[in-house]
Amino acid sequence: MARREAITGLLWVQAWFIGFVLFTLGPIVAAAYLSFTEWNGVGSPRWIGLGNYAELLTDDPLFWQSLKVTGVFALLYLPLSLLIGFGMALLMNQRLRGVSVFRTIYYLPSVLSGVAVAVLWGFVFHRDYGVLNYFLSWFGIDPVPWLQDPHWVIPALVIMQLWGIGGSVIIYLGGLQGIPTELYEVARIDGAGWWATLRTVTLPMMSPVIFFQLVLGVIATLQIFTQAYVLTGGGPDYASFFYAINIYQRAFVELRLGYACALSVVLALIIIAITGIIFKTSRSWVYYAGEKENS
Amino acid sequence: MAAADTVPVGQGVRSRAERGRAMVSYVVLVIGSISFLVPFFWMVTTSVKDDAQIYTFPVEWIPRPAMWENYARLFEQAPMWIYLRNTVILTVCGVLFSLIGSSIAAYAFARLRFPGRDVMFFIMLATIMIPNWATLIPTYILFGKLGWLDTYLPILLPALFATPFNTFLLRQFFLSIPQELEDAAKVDGASTLRCFLQIVIPMSRSALMIVGLFAFLYYWNDFLGPLIYLSSDNKFPISLGIMNFAGQQVQDFALMMCAATVAIAPCVLLFFVAQRWFMQGVVITGVKG
Repeated sequence: MARREAITGLLWVQAWFIGFVLFTLGPIVAAAYLSFTEWNGVGSPRWIGLGNYAELLTDDPLFWQSLKVTGVFALLYLPLSLLIGFGMALLMNQRLRGVSVFRTIYYLPSVLSGVAVAVLWGFVFHRDYGVLNYFLSWFGIDPVPWLQDPHWVIPALVIMQLWGIGGSVIIYLGGLQGIPTELYEVARIDGAGWWATLRTVTLPMMSPVIFFQLVLGVIATLQIFTQAYVLTGGGPDYASFFYAINIYQRAFVELRLGYACALSVVLALIIIAITGIIFKTSRSWVYYAGEKENS
Repeated sequence: MAAADTVPVGQGVRSRAERGRAMVSYVVLVIGSISFLVPFFWMVTTSVKDDAQIYTFPVEWIPRPAMWENYARLFEQAPMWIYLRNTVILTVCGVLFSLIGSSIAAYAFARLRFPGRDVMFFIMLATIMIPNWATLIPTYILFGKLGWLDTYLPILLPALFATPFNTFLLRQFFLSIPQELEDAAKVDGASTLRCFLQIVIPMSRSALMIVGLFAFLYYWNDFLGPLIYLSSDNKFPISLGIMNFAGQQVQDFALMMCAATVAIAPCVLLFFVAQRWFMQGVVITGVKG
C-alpha cells in the first residue's frame, strides 16, 4: 500500500522534477561546462580552461561597467522601494476613508510590465515634450535629458521601476494588518509615541515580510533587462548597460556562447552569495514570533 | 488576507492630533495617486493627439479634437491583429499549462507521501535563487538542436512544468483543505486522480484563479522569450511587435502611445475585473511566505 502510494507520488512530482532537470539543473551544469570553452554555436566547443573568467576579470571593461550599472541601480532602487513602499503602507494603514481607492491606484501599475510600459515611459521622459519635464518646469527646473545624459539614465530607470511598487505596498499593508492590536494597546499603555511604537512593535513584527521582500527584490533587480533594453538599449555610452544586457549582447549578438555562459555563472554566484549574506544576517534582525504567528 | 479598509488602532474619539495626521496622510496619498495615474493619462491622451498637439508647450491635457483615427492608422501600419492573435495564443496556452503543471506538483507536495518529498520541495524553493539568465543559453542551444527555433515550443513547453511560486501557493492552499474529504472518498474506492480532480480542484478555485491571473500577466508581457526564440514577424506577440514597430517609428509618438495602450488595456481591464484575487495572491505569497 505504502509502496503504491510512493509510486503515485513519484509519478505526480514529475510535473516539477522533469522540468527541473531539463530547464534548471541540466542547463546549469551545461552553462558551467560551456563557461570553460569558446564556442559560437557551430561545430563543437573548444576547451580553454579559465580563459573566459580571466578575460572577464582582467580584460573586459564592459563586464565591470555592467556590474557597476546593475549595482548602482540596485543600491538606489532597493532602499527607495523599501522606504517608499513601507511608508505608503503605513499611511494607508490608518482609519481613513477611501483607502481602498488608493490601494487600487497604487497597485494597478505593478500588474503592468514589459515593452509597453517602457515605451510609455519613454515618452514621459522625453526631454522636450515629456510630461515629467513639464511638471519640473513649474518649479523652474530646466529640461532634464533623462535618457540622453549618462548621469540621468539610471535615476530615470529607478523612477520608472518605482511606478511598479504597488505590489510591495499591498504586501506590507497585508503584513501591517496582521499585527495583533493588543501589541499596540500595550505600547500605548506604556506611553510609547508614534516613533517608539514603530520601532518596538511595527518594525520587529514586519521584519519577516521585509526580509522576504528584500531577498526577492535583490534576485529580480540583478536580472533587470527588458526595461533598459527597450528604453535605452544600454546607452547612452553604456550608462544603462545592465548585466543582463551584457549577457544578451555576448550570447545573441556576438555569438560568444562560452563567454556569455561565464558571465551568467558569475551572475548566479553573485545572487547566491548576496542571498546567503542576507539569510546569515537575518538572524540578528528578523523576528519570528514563536508559534503564535501564521495561522 | 482580511482586506479591511479601516484598521482599529485603538477605539475612541479622534483627537485633534489624530485628525491632523489624517489630513497630512490624505494630502500625501492624493499627490501620490495623481503621480501614479499621470503616466496612464499621458499615454492615452498622447495616443489621440496629432503632431501639432504633441509638440506644444505647455502641455495640452485634453486634446481637442481627439484623433481617434490614430488607432486606425496603427492597425493599418502594423500587423496589430496578428500580434494580438499571437499574444492570445501564447497567453492562453501559457495560463493553461501553468495551471496544469503547478497544480499536479503542488498536490504531490501537499498530499502524497513518497521518498525525498521534503528534499525536493526544499530544492524547488531554492531554485528561486537561480537567475533565468544562468539557464537561458544552454536552454536556447537545446531548443536550437531540436530545431524548434522560431516556434512557440521553447516558450510553451517549459510552462507545462511546475514553477516554484505557483506550486508553493497552490500547495499552501491544498494543505488548508480538510484531508477527511479525500479519506472518505478513498474509502469509497476513489483513485488519487479522482480525489484531485473532483475534490481538491473544485475547492481551490480562488487559488487557481490567482495562479492563472499571474500567469496571464507573465505570458502577455513576456518579451525575453519571444525576443530570443522568434524571428518571423508573423509569429511575434505584441511585446516584440511593438519593439519592432518602435524601431521604425521613432518619431511618431502618437502611434507609439496607441500601441502601448492596446498592449496595456487588456491587463488593466483584467485588473479591474479580478482585483480581489490579485490582492489576495500578492498577500498570500508575500506575507505568508
